[in-house]
Amino acid sequence: MATDKALISHLYRRAGFGITSELLEELSKKEYESIVDDLVEIDKIPDLPDEDILSRYYPQLQSTDNFGLDNTKWFYRMINSKKPLQEKMTLFWHHVFATGWTKSEQGPTMIDHIAMLRKNCLLNLRTLLTDLASDPAMIFWLDNCENHGKNINENFGRELLELFSMGIGNYSEDDIKEASRAFTGWTFEQPIPLYPYGHFKSQFIFDEEDHDFGEKEFLGNKGNFNGEDIVAIIVKTEACAKFISRHLYNFFVADEPQIPAWSIEPPKDEEAMNILVSTFLNSDADMKEVMKSLFKSDFFKNSMFKRVKCPAEFIAGALKLTSEIGPKDDRLASLHGLSAVMGQTLLDPPTVEGWHTGKEWIDGGSLTERINYAVGLVTDMNNSGSKSLVDNLVNSDKELSAEQLVNLILINAGYLDVSEQTFDQLLDIASKGPTVGNNNDSEDVRDKVIQLYTLLVSSPEFQLA
Amino acid sequence: MVAEKKTKKDPVLVVVQLSGGNDFLNTVIPFTNGIYYDVRNYVGHKEGESLPFTDELAFHPNAEPFREIYKDGKMAIIQGIGYENSSRSHFRAMDIWHTCEPNTVATEGWLAKVIREIDPNSSNPLTAVSFGKGLPRALAAPGVIATSVDNLDNYGLMTSIEDNSQRLANLEVFSRMYTPADEWMGGRHESGVVMNYLANTGSGVLQGADMLKDVPSRYKSSVEYADNSIAKALRDVVRVHTSGLGTRVFYTQHGGYDHHAQEMPAHDRLMGELSQGIKDFLADLEEHEASDEIVILVFSEFGRRMKDNGSGTDHGSGGGAFIIGNKVNGGLYSEYPSIDPSEWLNGEDLKHTFDYRGVYGTLLEQHLGLDPSEIVLGNFEQLSPFK
Repeated sequence: MATDKALISHLYRRAGFGITSELLEELSKKEYESIVDDLVEIDKIPDLPDEDILSRYYPQLQSTDNFGLDNTKWFYRMINSKKPLQEKMTLFWHHVFATGWTKSEQGPTMIDHIAMLRKNCLLNLRTLLTDLASDPAMIFWLDNCENHGKNINENFGRELLELFSMGIGNYSEDDIKEASRAFTGWTFEQPIPLYPYGHFKSQFIFDEEDHDFGEKEFLGNKGNFNGEDIVAIIVKTEACAKFISRHLYNFFVADEPQIPAWSIEPPKDEEAMNILVSTFLNSDADMKEVMKSLFKSDFFKNSMFKRVKCPAEFIAGALKLTSEIGPKDDRLASLHGLSAVMGQTLLDPPTVEGWHTGKEWIDGGSLTERINYAVGLVTDMNNSGSKSLVDNLVNSDKELSAEQLVNLILINAGYLDVSEQTFDQLLDIASKGPTVGNNNDSEDVRDKVIQLYTLLVSSPEFQLA
Repeated sequence: MVAEKKTKKDPVLVVVQLSGGNDFLNTVIPFTNGIYYDVRNYVGHKEGESLPFTDELAFHPNAEPFREIYKDGKMAIIQGIGYENSSRSHFRAMDIWHTCEPNTVATEGWLAKVIREIDPNSSNPLTAVSFGKGLPRALAAPGVIATSVDNLDNYGLMTSIEDNSQRLANLEVFSRMYTPADEWMGGRHESGVVMNYLANTGSGVLQGADMLKDVPSRYKSSVEYADNSIAKALRDVVRVHTSGLGTRVFYTQHGGYDHHAQEMPAHDRLMGELSQGIKDFLADLEEHEASDEIVILVFSEFGRRMKDNGSGTDHGSGGGAFIIGNKVNGGLYSEYPSIDPSEWLNGEDLKHTFDYRGVYGTLLEQHLGLDPSEIVLGNFEQLSPFK
């Protein structure tokens, strides 16, 4: 059974960073359910062969604390990976477990942190949270290295419950203290000092001497809990299922209010929450199962263009639409700075609360950057994708009516859905000047088609995914 | 019509952010104190090279323009500005300076709240203008519009389109696409809020760009600025300010102060650029009879470690700030932090002597005429640096 191309485009915008026309054609012959199943089974798809070239072009130098190189590689993977959901889930967890380079005495541990998220992104949440608690970047970011058996530091214990797994109102201050006790001794080896040789990674160690082995009472359970036990208890709670489900809904389905409002404002779609929560609990927090049920649900299928793209999605999506980006492409190195200017410095979120999403991505400066970047790409005919967007219409055998022309432009740009107001403006331009089609490859026909794409990528709707 | 008697112009604040953590100890040097020479064995300036301006203090050898401004009585030096438990993270420290919230994480920038006070209905997108890439957090808050200009000579939307008539035609269509509407996306209510927000933001950008487009051609000056980022940004401030577009807050940034290594050549260059840039800026304002309403604040997110590391200095605390302008009563304010090792913070840093929020409060209340308590989130001791 065939699948609607608009739906596949939607799925790939959310589960990845867009789709090429070739892949769209190929997938449209398959059933939607099996497209989703294939997306989730990332273990069956090999890594890109270009990883080797990337690591030689963008080496991680011990002597600098420049994390732009790692973001360069990440953007390359977002655009080209054959398992886009892996990169998208990694970005999702980076939003939730926001950890940053600027508070990191051993910068390169952030690279291991992202690799840890990538490895665990579709596994059981228990594994992911346990690895998160033993991640040196996280340990330093939330001061767990200062969390001692005889003198606890609650920073990690608090955020684990508040921002990483349950949300405010679902635990007591005593639970925070008891959880913190269970994570005492979870620290890292003292790394090689910064001077004179540069930054070195540090490794996790469990320091028995500094661990509080006494009895703890956590969320109504009693025992001589260690960190893993705390994580296991958390993951079984309905509060955790709800919290993660709401995060997933906000990132993959439709913009929700920001986290501090979650304890006051109910979720937008209670029914969707129920589906995600029950899948989460029934599968024992298996993220593959949860993601499959999300993507296959009606609430997902009906959520087209209900999210504002984050800068990483905007940049990777615009490049995927207009260009082929090889591992040696000069432009890759600029993407780290570009997304920072648009408000998202990957590997360096503003706070442990992560980036504020939805319309908070947009201000006058970031909107200008986004529009100018997309316009620059789509008008540059040296970009193979931009050129074929134009060729596709100019080389049409039949004459295209103004309405057909606008509809084809929308389809080629990813089956976009625009408001009547935007459609009418595009239609107005499409009705003027030379007719497009009939293989009329003149310069003014090309200019007109380029103008239509320029306006489309400048439209308010192009900011949405 | 007879020209009206010139009314008093609205006060304007110009912020110069030194990004990376300026080494205050090598900016305003306690040149008669032996401890300075002991701790700054490699990364320091010899007596005779630094530029004395009091019996005990000297400017960086390349900051002669600063000494001249100081001698003119237009520079207040706030010695030892900071806050308790100073953060050594660039990001966190900058955030603390930008939001006035050292203990928890805040989302509203202090200058964004100033814009909201001055222009509550967002009627002028140019009430605050920042030069450089991206909007600093100080200017960001929900519902507040501030304009971020990377290149004033080519500012606005679709600037890559070279054919100007084509670009203008596109902007016409753009303004219609970004007209706020009652019904968006077939009346989907929740999208409507976002779409109207996008529409308002897009219209603001367009309006700001339209107001700024003639600025470069209107400006004439005999002042020749140097070719570096801070000089360009300060020249842009004069260009926009003298166009009379109602801007009350300007934001500029001078980057590169994070000198863990090779500090001597790098900091020398920056000090020259900064001090000359500000001197040229003051001369340019003078030429345009626009000096009296402007006050400049120069700050950095933190100072640097007392002892150098052989090549540079690591992140520290207790830096200094400058308030510059015609209405400033020049001189030294608050105390220079003790450089006696027994009084170093954590055994290695300068200890701040004045809270940065008191400096903001001073500027807000005594210069901009605003109540500072809601903006800086509390009541902090102020200075009296104005005539």
